[in-house]
Amino acid sequence: MCDTCGCNLTPGNKHLAFKPVAQGATAVSVLKGLLAKNDDQATHNREHFDRRGILAINLMSSPGSGKTALLEATLTALKDEFTCAVIEGDLETENDAERIRAKGVQAHQIVTGTACHLDAHLVHDALHQMSLDGVDLLFIENVGNLVCPASFDLGQHLNVTLLSVTEGDDKPAKYPVMFRAADAMLLTKTDLLAVLDDFDPAKAEAHLRHLANPAPVMQLSARKNLGMEAWLGWLRAELAAQRARVAQGQSRRPAIQSDGMQYHQATV
Amino acid sequence: MHELAVAQALVEQVDAVIDQHGARHSNDASPSDAWRASLIRVRIGPLAGVVPELLASAFPLAAAGSRMEHARLDFAHAPILVHCQTCGADTEATMNRLVCGACGDWHTQVVSGDELLLESVELETAPALTPYRSPLTTDPNV
Repeated sequence: MCDTCGCNLTPGNKHLAFKPVAQGATAVSVLKGLLAKNDDQATHNREHFDRRGILAINLMSSPGSGKTALLEATLTALKDEFTCAVIEGDLETENDAERIRAKGVQAHQIVTGTACHLDAHLVHDALHQMSLDGVDLLFIENVGNLVCPASFDLGQHLNVTLLSVTEGDDKPAKYPVMFRAADAMLLTKTDLLAVLDDFDPAKAEAHLRHLANPAPVMQLSARKNLGMEAWLGWLRAELAAQRARVAQGQSRRPAIQSDGMQYHQATV
Repeated sequence: MHELAVAQALVEQVDAVIDQHGARHSNDASPSDAWRASLIRVRIGPLAGVVPELLASAFPLAAAGSRMEHARLDFAHAPILVHCQTCGADTEATMNRLVCGACGDWHTQVVSGDELLLESVELETAPALTPYRSPLTTDPNV
C-alpha cells in the first residue's frame, strides 16, 4: 500500500478516487486505512514476535466470560511444554496479572484507565517492559468488550473469541464485527449447560457460520477441566504452524480486517 | 466509544496529507503553511465497527485548533457485498448474515462493507470562514 503509485486502487474503489472539485481547491486522493498508524505499529509488533518465533494470541470476549480462568488452566497444562507470557488489559487493577503470576508465568498488566480496548502502541510499550527471551506463546488478554477491541490490530497472529454459555447463543449475530474477527471461537463454562435450557451450542455455531466465518468452535470448561484437550491441541498445532511460517520468512495476520483493501486486492 | 481514537487517527493522517501537499505545491501565493483541509471524505463499511455518527461527533474534538477544524466530514456509502465461493455470485448482504444471496451458502468473502478508509481530502489555501457543524446538531442557533 502506498500513496504514490496507485496500488491502493482496486476495481471496487477507483471510481471514488478522482472527483472534480470546486475551483481554487485541490483534491488529494488518499485511500489509506484510517488506522494506518496503529496498523504500522501492529506490523512492527508482529515482526518482534516473528523474529523470536513467538505465536501471539489475542483473547477477546465480554467481561466475565472466563478469559483469565482459561489462561490459568492453559498455563498450568502447558507449563512443562512451553514458555508462556501474558499481557493483561483492564481499565483498572493489577488483579488479573497477579492471578497469572501466581501460576509462575510472566505477566504484564496494561491499565487503560478509561480506554475500552488495547491498541498496538499500548502492546508495544508493554513488550518493552517484558523479557521475551525463550517465550513460545504470548497471550494478550484484551479488555472485556465485544465491540471496540475487534477494530484494532495489535500485532497478534490469531484472534480467539470466547463466548460463555451464560451469555446467550445469539451473541455472534448481535456482535458480528467481533465474531467475524475470530480465528477460533471457544464456548466456555460448558459445565453450566446442564442447568441452562436456553443456550444451544449448535445455534451459536450457526450464527458464526452466517458471518461466513469458518473458524473452529470448541466447547470447554476451564474450571471443571472439560474439553481442554481440543483447545490445547489447537494451540500446539498453531504454534507448529507459526514456526513453519517463521522458517520460511512468512507471517500471518489475524482474521481481523482493519486493512480491508489489502485483502480485497488479493481477491478482486 | 473508540470513535474518538479513530477521530484522532484521522486527524493525524489528514495532517500528514496537508504536509505532503504543502511541501509539493507551494508557491509565493500559496506558501506551504497556508494549506487547510476543507472537505474530508471517509468510507466506513458497516462491518468496520466504527459508527459514522459517533465519528462525526468526535471529529470536532480531535480537530480543534488544527488545519482541518473547519473541514466538512463526508461519509461515502459502503454497502456490504459478498462474493460466493460456491456459486460465484456477488450479492448484497446484511451485517449478521453474510451468506450468498443467490444460493444461500456461507462460504463467502466480503468484497466491500468492512472498509475503514480515508478516501480523499480537499485542500484550499484560504481558511474556511464557516465553522464545522456536527450533523448531530439540531439546534439551528448553534
